[in-house]
Amino acid sequence: MRKFDTKVQYLKYKVLREVARQAWNDTLLDNILDIPKMIVPGKVPTMRCCVYKERAILAERVKLAMGGGNTANIINVIDIACDDCPAVGYQVTDSCRGCLAHRCEDVCRRGAISFDHNHEAHIDKTKCVECGQCAKVCPYSAIVNRKRPCQNACKIKAISINEDNAAKIDDEKCIQCGACVYQCPFGAISDRSFIINVIDMLKKSQGNTKYKVYALVAPAIGSQLNYAKLGQVITGIKELGFYTVVEAALGADMVAQAESKELTEKGFLTSSCCPAFVRYVKTAFPALVPYISHNLSPMATIAKYIKEHEENVKIVFIGPCTAKKAEVQLEDVRPYVDAAITFEELQALLDSRDIDITTLPESVLDNASYFGRIFARSGGLSDAVAEGLKEQHLDEFQLKACVCDGIEECRMALLKKGKNVLDANFIEGMACVNGCIGGAGNLTHGEKNKAAVDSYGREALEKNIMDAIAPLR
Amino acid sequence: MKVTVCIGSSCHIKGSRPVVELLQDLIARENLSDKVELGGTFCMGKCQQGVCVTVDGEFFSVSPENVASFFEKEIKAKV
Repeated sequence: MRKFDTKVQYLKYKVLREVARQAWNDTLLDNILDIPKMIVPGKVPTMRCCVYKERAILAERVKLAMGGGNTANIINVIDIACDDCPAVGYQVTDSCRGCLAHRCEDVCRRGAISFDHNHEAHIDKTKCVECGQCAKVCPYSAIVNRKRPCQNACKIKAISINEDNAAKIDDEKCIQCGACVYQCPFGAISDRSFIINVIDMLKKSQGNTKYKVYALVAPAIGSQLNYAKLGQVITGIKELGFYTVVEAALGADMVAQAESKELTEKGFLTSSCCPAFVRYVKTAFPALVPYISHNLSPMATIAKYIKEHEENVKIVFIGPCTAKKAEVQLEDVRPYVDAAITFEELQALLDSRDIDITTLPESVLDNASYFGRIFARSGGLSDAVAEGLKEQHLDEFQLKACVCDGIEECRMALLKKGKNVLDANFIEGMACVNGCIGGAGNLTHGEKNKAAVDSYGREALEKNIMDAIAPLR
Repeated sequence: MKVTVCIGSSCHIKGSRPVVELLQDLIARENLSDKVELGGTFCMGKCQQGVCVTVDGEFFSVSPENVASFFEKEIKAKV
């Protein structure tokens, strides 16, 4: 087994791998109904009440793995997989000892806490505003917050509970960041996959003779598939049938150059790299839309360059991001990027072809500069814009960056900007905590990933932005 | 005349940036900008022979060291 953070990811991976295997062999349509039983054979349930429920849920996962779903949103709830977790909010547990101090009562400004004949606390839900102060002060940690992990993960509050008690996504609000996908302990929320489109694209290219299929890899790759060397991962991608591999980070270098210039012209800007952030501004802060940088994302920028300079090319983005799957459907991006898949899906594709990357020779991956590569982690984009100003001798402009690490911080910054009290002239908006290395489509999320991206950055041949983009002009 | 330099990973490591920059300089110095179109590509499938350059489709293996003589012989002389 490859290293995943959770068994939910592993299960999803097994479905993707099987769907991919069948697609390569042109047997998907024949065997589609058998895939759940291939993954859960026998009679003994390992995850749910019975194998039949397990298989019913797997059938839904197969549907998502094939790009289908119950809604057009990239992020879909598998309602029969939802465990209907309790969602009552703050609740007193049986750890309450009925003490004398009653700190909970004293701290509650709403007077929501009362005591029964055993002196044990109770919360009046008609008064409680879920502030959590009582839980903080209880010496026995007797008060807990029962929140659904999906709702807790969704900081923009796009998840509610439907009439059947299952999670429900507000598709208008949802920014496809995938936080709920990664956080749901039952794997009941998942992203639709486009791997079979990619397999089809690779097959029909007939060994890149009909057209060439480019893989565009996100810089977060520096922190992923670390059980092998990066060069081996690149060879693996080529073994899948891709013509060549190009760093999306080169697009980031191009963006850093253009965005720093745009910033000096406009005086205030938000970044446009993160599709979830951009969508959030558009849906929740429409008045601030004019401030969004006019640059396409790094992915779309380099893809546009490639398509404008070469004929008969198809481009597949491989990254950590579920929101990219929505971005590639946007009108201004669709002509440049043909499909987006995640690192999770890349792993499934490699294994569907039995490609063991640890045994492969190493290829080179070197298009971008240090600065393009560190876009993958929070703060990297602001560092790159500062560098862009310096390299273009625009450093008279005093950059005051507000680095927003995660959508909650983005929200705060946007609220402040809306009221004109933000002490910054540039918002780096990244929907995922830690930046792209925190993306839902990563195989692993860990402390070491930031250092891994920084070291991948330092390995770049080009040390500055202008050198990296010099050959493109 | 169309000159295409590979700027893919392998050729980049072998010096495609200096090759492009030197060619840009030489083309400008010889006033050939309107006759020579310099472009980039990301792979020509001959990574072992990088830096890969094509002149109107004809393949050449160039390095930052021999780019000046390559320019004289294959570009300036033929344009």
